[in-house]
Order: sequence, then C-alpha cells, then structure tokens
Amino acid sequence: MNNKKLRWLALPYLTWMVLFTIIPLALIVVFAFTTRDGNFTFDNIQHAAKYLPVLVKSVWLAALATVISLVIAYPLAYIMSNMRLNYQNTMMTLVMLPMWMSFLLRTYAWMSILETNSGLLNSFLGLFNLGPVHIMNTQAAVVLGMVYNYIPYMILPLYTIMVKIDRRLIEAAQDLGCNTYHVFRKVIIPLSFPGITSGVTMTFVPAVSTFVISQMLGGAKNYLIGDLIDQNFVSGGYNPHYGSAISLLLMVVVFICMGIFNQFDNEEMEETLK
Amino acid sequence: MMKGNRQMKKITALFLTFLMLSLLLFTSCQTEFEEVEDTSDAYFDVVVDDISYYEKFRDQKITLNIYNWGEYISNGSEGSLDVIAAFEKISGIKVNYTNYATNEDMYAKFKNGDQTDDFCVYDIVIPSDYMIDKMINENMLEKINFENIPNIKYISDEYRFTDFDPNGEYSVPYTWGTVGIIYNKKHVDPEDAKTWDILWNEKYKGQVLMFSNSKDAFAIALSKLGYSMNSENPEEIEEATVLLREQRSVIQTYVMDQIFDKMQLEEAYVAPYYAGDAITMIDGNSNLAFSHPKEKFNLFIDSLCIPKGSRNKEAAEAFINFVCETEVALANCEYICYSTPHSKARELVMESMEDWQKEISYPSAEVLSNTESFIDLSPETNEDLVQRWSDILIGINEDSWQSKAITPVAIIIGLGLVILVILMKIRRNKKRMNY
Repeated sequence: MNNKKLRWLALPYLTWMVLFTIIPLALIVVFAFTTRDGNFTFDNIQHAAKYLPVLVKSVWLAALATVISLVIAYPLAYIMSNMRLNYQNTMMTLVMLPMWMSFLLRTYAWMSILETNSGLLNSFLGLFNLGPVHIMNTQAAVVLGMVYNYIPYMILPLYTIMVKIDRRLIEAAQDLGCNTYHVFRKVIIPLSFPGITSGVTMTFVPAVSTFVISQMLGGAKNYLIGDLIDQNFVSGGYNPHYGSAISLLLMVVVFICMGIFNQFDNEEMEETLK
Repeated sequence: MMKGNRQMKKITALFLTFLMLSLLLFTSCQTEFEEVEDTSDAYFDVVVDDISYYEKFRDQKITLNIYNWGEYISNGSEGSLDVIAAFEKISGIKVNYTNYATNEDMYAKFKNGDQTDDFCVYDIVIPSDYMIDKMINENMLEKINFENIPNIKYISDEYRFTDFDPNGEYSVPYTWGTVGIIYNKKHVDPEDAKTWDILWNEKYKGQVLMFSNSKDAFAIALSKLGYSMNSENPEEIEEATVLLREQRSVIQTYVMDQIFDKMQLEEAYVAPYYAGDAITMIDGNSNLAFSHPKEKFNLFIDSLCIPKGSRNKEAAEAFINFVCETEVALANCEYICYSTPHSKARELVMESMEDWQKEISYPSAEVLSNTESFIDLSPETNEDLVQRWSDILIGINEDSWQSKAITPVAIIIGLGLVILVILMKIRRNKKRMNY
C-alpha cells in the first residue's frame, strides 16, 4: 500500500483531534494559569492543591474499582475466548447490553436497588428476615457503581487480545513441561498484557473523574474530584479558572499513575522475554 | 443440509431482530404518547374584567417572548387552564415560551447580550427577589406602566412593595412561598421540628437531607445563629461556615429535586424545603408533615418583570395584566402549588383547601412576621459563599493541619514517583544495552 498517497485519509480525524482535543486542552492550561482579567497567576493551582485529599480519595476508589473489574473480567474474558464462536457472540452482546441504556439511568437504577428502606436488595433480604444492609451512601456503593458501569471497558480489550493468542503456544508450553499454573503465568498473562494495560486505562481514567456515580450513590461524604470540577463549571459557582486548575492537576496525577503502571507492564514483558 | 440449517438460523435471527426493533419502536411510541401531558380537556376561555383591553392588540401581528421557570405556569394538563393558549386566543398575540432552571442561568443569558440579538428578545421574565434587586441595580429592567395593568388592584401590597422593589415600580408578584422543615411524623418528634436545630440533631444522624445550593444552606445556618440571612459580615459568615461543616456528620446527602423520592420513600426523615413542594410531598405520603421553624426563615417572591430591550412593552403589560386576572391567577396557583399574592384568587383557593394545606401555604401573619427575603449581595460575598459551600460539600477544611501539610507532602511524593519512573526507565535501557 502506498502510505504517502493515503495520508490525507487521516485528515478528518486530525482536524477533529485538533479542534476537540488539542485546542480544549490548551484552553484548560491557559485558564488554569490566568486570572479573570487574563493575567498570569499561580493562585489557581495553589487553590487546587488544597483539594489533594479529595484527589487521593478519588484515585484510591478508582484504583479499587479497576482492580475489582480486572479480577472479575480477566477469567471471564479468558473463558469467553475459548468458547464456540456463536457463544462468544452471545456473551459479547450480554456484556454490551447495559451500554445500550443511558449511563445516568443505569446509575439511577442502582439507587432504587440499594436504598436502605425501600431498596430492592433490602426488600429481598427482608423476605428471609435478614437485616437491612447499609450500602447506599457509602464508598462501597460508589465502587460498586464504578465497577458496574466500567467493567465492559475492561472485558472488551482483554477479550480481543485473548482471542488472538495462538493456541499452539500454549500447547508448546505444555509439551515443554509447564503445568497449568506455569502456562498461565508464563504464556497467557504476558501475551494478554497489552489487553490488561488498555483495559486498566479505559476503566481507571473514567472512574477517577466520575461525578454522577458519587453524587447519586455516595451520599454526603463521598464527593470526588469530578464533583468538584462539576461544581466549578456547572452547578454552584461558575469559576472556570479554578475548575481548569483542578482538571489539570487531575490530568497530571492520572499521567503519573499510568506512567507507573506502564513501567510494571514493561518490566513484566521483559521478565518473560529473558 | 448444514448450509440449509445455517440459512434457517440467519432467517430466524433476522426475524427476531425485526421483531425486537418493531417492539422497541412500538414501546417508544407509546411512551412518547404518555409523556405528552393530557391536555385534551384543557380549556381556553376565561372571564376577564375588561375584554376590550385585550382586543386592541388583535391583528397587529405581535409576538411576545416569555422566559419563565420550568413547570411554572398552568399548561392545560389534567383539565386545567392553558394560560398561554388562552392569552393568545383573547388577544391575538402570539406567545413564544421558553424555560430556565435557575436565576443565575437566566441572568447569564441577559448579561451575555442576548437582549441585543435580533433573533429573540425577551419581553417577560420571572426572576426571584434577590435577582430582581440585582437586575434593578444593574439597570436591566424596564419600569412598568401601571396604567396598563388595572388588575394590579388585586395584588396584596405586602408582596408588591418589598425590600427589592420598595416602590413596586419594576415588578408584579407572581407567586411566593416560604422555606420550612419537612419531616416524617413516624420517626421525628414534632417538637424537634420547630427549630432549625433539628438539622444538626444527632438523634437523626444519617436521616437528614440538606439543600445543595449555597444560598439556601447559608441562610439556614445564619438564621440559626440569629444573624440576618443576607449578612455580609465576614465573622458571621465564618461562624456559619463552621456550623455547616459540623453539620456534615448528620447529613445523609445534599439534594435538590431528589428530595421528593427520598422523603416519600422514607429514605430520609428530615429536610428543609419549599412549602409549595412540601404539599406535593405530603399528598404523596401522609406520614410527612411540614413546619415553620421558630427562627427566621426565607420568604421568596417571584415576580413578573419586563427586561430592558423589550420591543413590545405594551403587549408585555397586557400579559402581566392577564396573569393578574382572577381566574388565571387561580389556575396558576392551583397548578404550581405555591402561594399566590392575588387577593381574590387566594380567597377562592383557600375555600377548597384543607386546614393543613392552608397552614403551609398561607401561614398566619404572626408566623409570616418571622420571615426574611433575600436581597442582592455584593459579588465578592456571593463568590466567597459559593467557594466556602463548595469546600463544605467536598469536605475540605482549609484551616486544619492536614490541609496545610498535604501540599508539600503531595509534591514530595509526586516528585518521588516521577523520579522512580525515570530510574526504572534508565535501568531498563541499561539492561537492553547488555543484551
């Protein structure tokens, strides 16, 4: 294929990216370092720094949700990739099914499931005289909401990578005397690592910046960094400068987190290549 | 054989898809029908005092742009009066009706120069008290010519001449209401509900809801402390901030519209809210009750105003007059559930009300003497309150030692992590060289 001739095909997306990714990002940086009158300042960043505890909490909850998603999704993706093709398609549809509905609606539905007095869960437990469980308005509810909403983004990349694993490699490992554990540890995990990386990124990043889930399920004490950004832009006080500074801080933290994670990723790949 | 089987499967799949799609379409159509409120038995004919007043606008091809809160006018659902259609019918003026959600949204729209836009210039707007104050101060409202509004005689003086418009020159009251405490009789001692203290009461820990907007929240805290709700005194505001921060441990969650579900399903037992909405909630769950606190509480008035730049001022005045017709005011107040400043409509609506509703909607003069209305605060105070409120919601206390320590600690950890990543990269590159 002649690459040079087809280069213009990238133009539509390139324009899109410049217009809706690069320019807005630049605007965030500009807003974060200016006052209302347009003068340069560090005050916004300093102001944003006082919200670090919230940021730490958001990162912690998002990381927890990501790990849980990974633990649930990984075996499922592996089993799916070994299924017969038409079953695979059915499973795929089932995984995607919740995404056909509005995100807001799905989270709202969790509210009516988890509510302490009138929720479905506690009505069900009540049938067996089991006491009401208090999940609503706790961190557990927030993590649950995150896992529920973002787990498809974990399953999808894992599954696409795993169906591509060459079965002969597994057979070869078995021939060479690996037991099940070693096959898993030395062949399947390293080969599926790119899937883990993109799955973790696709789950962690939206989870860390969510605001709908924490507002609906978290109650008064579990506001996250996304809520704070939301407050500065939409509800409450309109202050794009503070909002941008907090967004910028969040981006830096996400970058650091992903950077650390990618290091482990690379280490792992090289370990096994030795 | 095999092939035929597969084809059969494909046809079945296609059929099923088709079935599902048609089902989807069918259900979506159905919900659409349900969503449109039933206006089949709405009525459009009203008895007005002087029909010739409206007749003069006919055939002038006037379009009136009205900007109002959502769900804030009788719209013909459930056999009520369709006010807009009735006005169009009686005067021949075409009405263009749009909604906004908050005073601030509306203000931003005007401030951003929409009024100079040829496309849509608003002729009527219905802000709340403090926003009217602000708009008068910023010269954004027209003086109303009351010769064109004979029906002003029906409007009670106490709502016409207020702090925000002392001479009643710019605004005609549309609705008013109070803020009080809505609580669940099964779980809350009515004695406790007679003071704002209930919102701080440890007895109801985790069962209290609170306003999520800064204005109403600070008003309650300031009034509990015995200060004015419109206080701009930094010390008083600081005291209120401390109080609201303490309150966090008692609060289940901060809400606005979600309060309807939470109170009616008995997920929470106490909340401050608007009297008109309390009636709606009590209608839904008879265990609920409403009371006004012994401390000061907010009285709000939403009034009809004509913004500067209106091109059909006389027609706008005709609309204001129409809204002040007894029958229209009655229909509006029955639909919105808030209290009406229209003396005749009030008499009529009181006749059909039960005692508990009267107490909530039209409290005695003695109770009402305990109210305070919002006025416009300085932009600095407003911004300060919003910022403080945002910190309270998030749970950040700027003065605590943790907050002071966190920045340097975070910077050190952050730098450490970055260095770690770089070191790992260098080590790896070295390894790679060794291969």
